[in-house]
Amino acid sequence: MGWVAFALIFWVAAWLANIRLANGRWSNRQAVRIAVPLLFGITLLVLWEGLVRGLEVSPVILPAPSRVAQTFAASTETLWGDFRQTVLKGALSGFAIGCSAAFLTAIIIDRSAFLTAGLLPVGNFVAALPIVGIAPILVSWFGFDWQSKAAVVVVMVFFPMLVNTVQGLRETDAMQRDLMRTYAAGYVQTLLKLRLPAALPFVFNGLKIATTLALIGAIVAEYFGSPTRGMGFRISTGVGALAIDLVWAEIAVAAMAGTAFYGAVAWIERRATFWHPSQRSGSR
Amino acid sequence: MRGSLVQVLTVLAAIVGLWYLAVAPMNIRVALDLAERSGAQVVPATAAERQARPAWQLMLANPGLIAQAYRLDRPRLPTPDQVGRELWKTTGRMALRGRAWSKRSLIYHGWVTLRSTFWGFLLGTAAGILIAVAIVYSRVADMSLMPWAIISQTVPIVALAPMIIVVSAQLGIQGRALPKAIISAYLCYFPVLVGMVKGLRSPAPSQLDLLRTYDATGLQSFFKLRVPASIPYLFTSLKVGIAAALVGTIVGELPTGAISGLGARILIGDQFGTPLAIWAALAAAAILAGGLVTVLDIAQRLTLRRMGMA
Repeated sequence: MGWVAFALIFWVAAWLANIRLANGRWSNRQAVRIAVPLLFGITLLVLWEGLVRGLEVSPVILPAPSRVAQTFAASTETLWGDFRQTVLKGALSGFAIGCSAAFLTAIIIDRSAFLTAGLLPVGNFVAALPIVGIAPILVSWFGFDWQSKAAVVVVMVFFPMLVNTVQGLRETDAMQRDLMRTYAAGYVQTLLKLRLPAALPFVFNGLKIATTLALIGAIVAEYFGSPTRGMGFRISTGVGALAIDLVWAEIAVAAMAGTAFYGAVAWIERRATFWHPSQRSGSR
Repeated sequence: MRGSLVQVLTVLAAIVGLWYLAVAPMNIRVALDLAERSGAQVVPATAAERQARPAWQLMLANPGLIAQAYRLDRPRLPTPDQVGRELWKTTGRMALRGRAWSKRSLIYHGWVTLRSTFWGFLLGTAAGILIAVAIVYSRVADMSLMPWAIISQTVPIVALAPMIIVVSAQLGIQGRALPKAIISAYLCYFPVLVGMVKGLRSPAPSQLDLLRTYDATGLQSFFKLRVPASIPYLFTSLKVGIAAALVGTIVGELPTGAISGLGARILIGDQFGTPLAIWAALAAAAILAGGLVTVLDIAQRLTLRRMGMA
C-alpha cells in the first residue's frame, strides 16, 4: 500500500502547490503558466505509476509508465519505422495533398457566388459525417501500402479545410474591397494582398482540425490492412499478442506526434497571423 | 441552408453526376474480366494485357460492355442507385416484412450505434460542461486543465480505442457499449468544453456587476446570468459534439472486432468482400449524422426562440 499512499500524498501536495502557484503573485509569468499544467501532467503519471504498483495491476491490463518507458527505449527502432510509415508517409503526405487541394478548390469556388452558396452547406454537412468509415474502401482501391492511408487522410481533411477556407475568403467587408478597387487592384492583387491574409485565421483553423484528423485517418486505415509496419498495424497486432507495453509505447509516439504536429501548425499560425486579435498577448 | 436550396440542389446533382461518370472507369476492369469469363468478345483478350492499359482506353475499346460496369454485384465503386437499393433492402423492406430487428437489418445496427453515440454524447457533454464550470470558476483548473484538454485532442483516440476495449474487458465489463461510449465521449467533450468556457465567460463585466449590486449570490448569478448567456454557445458546440460522438462510436466499432453496429457492418463488409454492404452502412451512418445534427438544430431554434434570443 506504500505506493498508493505515496501517489495520493504526491497528488495532494501537487494540488496545493498548483493552487499556490495559480493564485500567487507570479501567476501571470510564463514560467508559472508552463509549470502548473506540467505539474498536473506529472501528477497524473505518478498517480498511474503508484496505483499500478500499489494495487499490483497485471502489466497485461495496464503497464506502469516506467515499464512503458523501458519498452520505448528498448524498441526505438521499431517505433521509428512505424512512425515513418504512418506519420511521415501516410498522414503528412495525405495532409499536404488534401489541404492544398481543398485550398485551391476553395479559391476556385470562391469566384462563383452560386457555387459558394451551394457548396458551403454541403461541405458543412460532409465535414460532420463519419468519413473514417470510408477507410476499407480506399484500402481496397489503393492497396495496402501508405498510398491508401494518404488517400483516407485526403478525403478526411478535404471538407473541413474547404469549408474553413471558403468562409475565410468571405471575411473581408465591402469597405475593404472597395478600397482595393480605388487602388485599381485586380482580382489577383486583391486576393493576395487583402483576402488571403484576411482568410488566414480561418485557414489555420482548418489546418489545425486537419492535423488531428490526419493522424486518426492514417491509423484507422492501417487496421484494414497494411504492410508489416506502421502504428495502427503494431497496435492491432500488439493487442492480440498481449504486448501491451509496446502498444502503450506506440500510443505515446502517436500522442507526441499529434501534439508536435498541432504545435508546429500553431507556431506557424502565430508567426503568420501575428496581427490577429486572438494572437496578441494580453488579450487572452 | 436558408435561401440557397437551388444552389445546394445543383451542387448535389453535380456530385451525383460526377459519381455516375466515375463508376465506368472504376469498374471497367472488373466488368471486362467477368465478360471474358462468360465468353464475350473483349479487347484486349486477357486480363494481363488489360492491366497495362489505362481505363479510358479499355472503355473506348469495349463500348458495348460499359453498361456492364453499372450492373456489377461486387463493384469497386457502386452507383448511387445501387447503394440506395441496398440501403432500402436492408432497412425499409426488412421493416415492412417485420424483420426490422434482424441481425441483417441496418435498422438494428443503426440503433446499436445510435445508443452508444447517445451515451457517449451524454457522458461527453456532462464532462465538458463540468470541466468548463471548473475552468471558469477556478484559476488552478484553468491553468492546469486547459492545456491538457487541447493536448488530449491531438492524441489520436483510435490508437487508444483497442486499449480501452481490452482494459474494460479485463475489468469484467460485459459488452462493448461502455468502451464505445467512452471513446465517443472522449471525442465529444472537447467542443462542448470550449464552447461552454466561451459561453460562461460571455456575460460582460457590467452585467456581472449589476448582479452584484442586486446582492446576488454566486449560485444565483451562475443560474440567472452565466447559464442563460451560454445557451447559444452550448447548442452550437452540441452540434459539433454529437457528430464527433458518432465518429467516436464508429471508430470504436471499426478496429476491434465488434459484431453489431454500423462500424461493424463496415468491417464485416470489408472482410467478406461485399462493397455494397459497406456503402449501405456508410449511407446509413451519413443519414444518422444528418438526423442527429438536424434534431439539435431544431432544438436550438426552439429553445432560443423561447428565450427570446433568436
